[in-house]
Amino acid sequence: MEPFTTHSGVGVPLRRSNVDTDQIIPAVYLKRVTKTGFEDGLFAAWRGDETFVLNNPAYAAGSVLVAGPDFGTGSSREHAVWALMDYGFRVVISSRFADIFRGNSGKQGLLTAQCAQDDVELLWKLLENEPGTSVTVDLASRTVTAGDVVASFDIDDYTRWRLLEGLDDISLTLRHEDAITSFEGTRPTWRPVTTSA
Amino acid sequence: MAGTLAEKVWDEHVVRRSEGEPDLLYIDLHLLHEVTSPQAFDGLRLSGRAVRRPELTLATEDHNVPTTPGPIADPVSRTQVETLRRNCEEFGVRLYPMGDAEQGIVHVVGPQLGLTQPGMTIVCGDSHTSTHGAFGALAFGIGTSEVEHVLATQTLPLKPFRTMAITVDGELAPGVTAKDIVLAVIARIGTGGGQGYVLEYRGSAIRALSMEGRMTVCNMSIEAGARAGMIAPDETTFAYLHGRDHAPTGADWDAAVAAWSRLRSDDDAQFDAEVVIDAAELTPFVTWGTNPGQGAPLGSAVPDPEALADDHEKLAAAKALEYMGLTAGTPLREIHVDTVFVGSCTNGRIEDLRAAAAVIKGRHVADGVRMLVVPGSARVRIQAEAEGLDAVFTEAGAEWRLPGCSMCLGMNPDQLAPGERSASTSNRNFEGRQGKGGRTHLVSPLVAAATAVRGTLSSPADLDDTDGSL
Repeated sequence: MEPFTTHSGVGVPLRRSNVDTDQIIPAVYLKRVTKTGFEDGLFAAWRGDETFVLNNPAYAAGSVLVAGPDFGTGSSREHAVWALMDYGFRVVISSRFADIFRGNSGKQGLLTAQCAQDDVELLWKLLENEPGTSVTVDLASRTVTAGDVVASFDIDDYTRWRLLEGLDDISLTLRHEDAITSFEGTRPTWRPVTTSA
Repeated sequence: MAGTLAEKVWDEHVVRRSEGEPDLLYIDLHLLHEVTSPQAFDGLRLSGRAVRRPELTLATEDHNVPTTPGPIADPVSRTQVETLRRNCEEFGVRLYPMGDAEQGIVHVVGPQLGLTQPGMTIVCGDSHTSTHGAFGALAFGIGTSEVEHVLATQTLPLKPFRTMAITVDGELAPGVTAKDIVLAVIARIGTGGGQGYVLEYRGSAIRALSMEGRMTVCNMSIEAGARAGMIAPDETTFAYLHGRDHAPTGADWDAAVAAWSRLRSDDDAQFDAEVVIDAAELTPFVTWGTNPGQGAPLGSAVPDPEALADDHEKLAAAKALEYMGLTAGTPLREIHVDTVFVGSCTNGRIEDLRAAAAVIKGRHVADGVRMLVVPGSARVRIQAEAEGLDAVFTEAGAEWRLPGCSMCLGMNPDQLAPGERSASTSNRNFEGRQGKGGRTHLVSPLVAAATAVRGTLSSPADLDDTDGSL
């Protein structure tokens, strides 16, 4: 994973709450067996609507998505994160993220910055009044800056550290392989295995 | 210190705990399917890693499979299924492929084999893994990166979840089911209300549910934003498990039951949040909007967005009504449907099919309505056919299909056309979930069957003799 320190890019206001992962990428786009090539599926149902925000050329190069509350609800599909990143997004700002989506984002280096809803509203206004405005997201100081708007955001310390360092979870876990092996020695013997019966 | 059920199961699985880091949690059972696993196996291959515990891993083909006989027509779907087969072969993972007597939806297969047991940690790259919590297991959906992590290490680094008690006391009225309970819970706490929580369902109405009903309730915990739902194991749980293929036997059974019997929240355990629901007040519940929290009693009307207090909910409701093609104030019972879908990991088990069949027996699907009945697994299908349920459905004019996820998410050819409206026993009414432009009303199997007969959202109580002979 590439380390994430700071990112500046065009902000995209998505004035919707409860953007579920079926909206981010519908199931029919989940059939690839690779991690790339999902950009066409991003918000597929809405992209056909010419008033949809990403169809405005001023936002087309967007890389910071500013969305309503409860972003990423529903299906666990990590394809939602891949689709956002394939399109070019590096940061999603929302006042509330669904747990699985937030976890998946952290594994892929997509920053989920949780801001107060009041700050999201300020960002929406700014980005709608001045399309193409750049938003800077600094992970070290946990701040979002755009025009006159300066907002702080929440992210848990552990995910922040992993993102800043660009660390991969599996390597971190395998440092403790001895602990896993010794735990396995303590499991009840009657726990089921899939290979018998 | 007193603990909740979720905390007890969690604590028994902590491999490593260190200040400032997530706990490293051991995973007892890892379920796989074709959609969320290919990139995980690829990751293993790229880093030269093996599957650490193939015997704690099981795969089935479900999301893409056609429910009519024959091979997968869509080449991209076929590639995904073939990729799973190759991966399972290469990494030594047991797979139940299309056509196998044990194939089915991953969350139907685990419990029916007796692999899902109390006190276990169970994960799958699928958010409805919460289903398995019905047995008192801590079971939750994960993303593909985590699938790779579990394949490689049989563990996951996780921060503890908070706990929420959902107490449903009292007796359900006739015609009110587990599905109505969980739809009412989601409408109460909202699609984000459970975020960060494990929900523990308790109370006399939960105790009175069968294991299949409990699975329906836990299945939809994710629709309230919760990672998992749990129900403490009891005699109903043990009776369900006894004699199943992978359940312990002999002295092991006794040891297991002794351990399982300790799995309940202590009387003085502290939950981070509590919700109380009176079972007697519940009636058949259906959704009118585009998220599972947008639901209401069948006897009510499409709500007026302007009457909602919260600005975001107001906007979301207005957008939902526009998408759904509904007008505020329309009685829900007057909404016509084109399609009725009975199936999915929420309501595709044998009791669900029996319930729907009992309503539709001797009656007929309304003109202009198509009804699909898709068993959750090959075993459910075989059992239903042994009981003659397939004949009940086909004689009523419904289509009797092969097992799979089917129209719940329309990755196979079972989809709604743009503008089509369904009454569906599945779990998500998101825009386009069942097909681009499709409109979904989530319902119980009883409401689905009655709706098929009348052509409008209905409960069995709405049926009279003119609909057929009872």
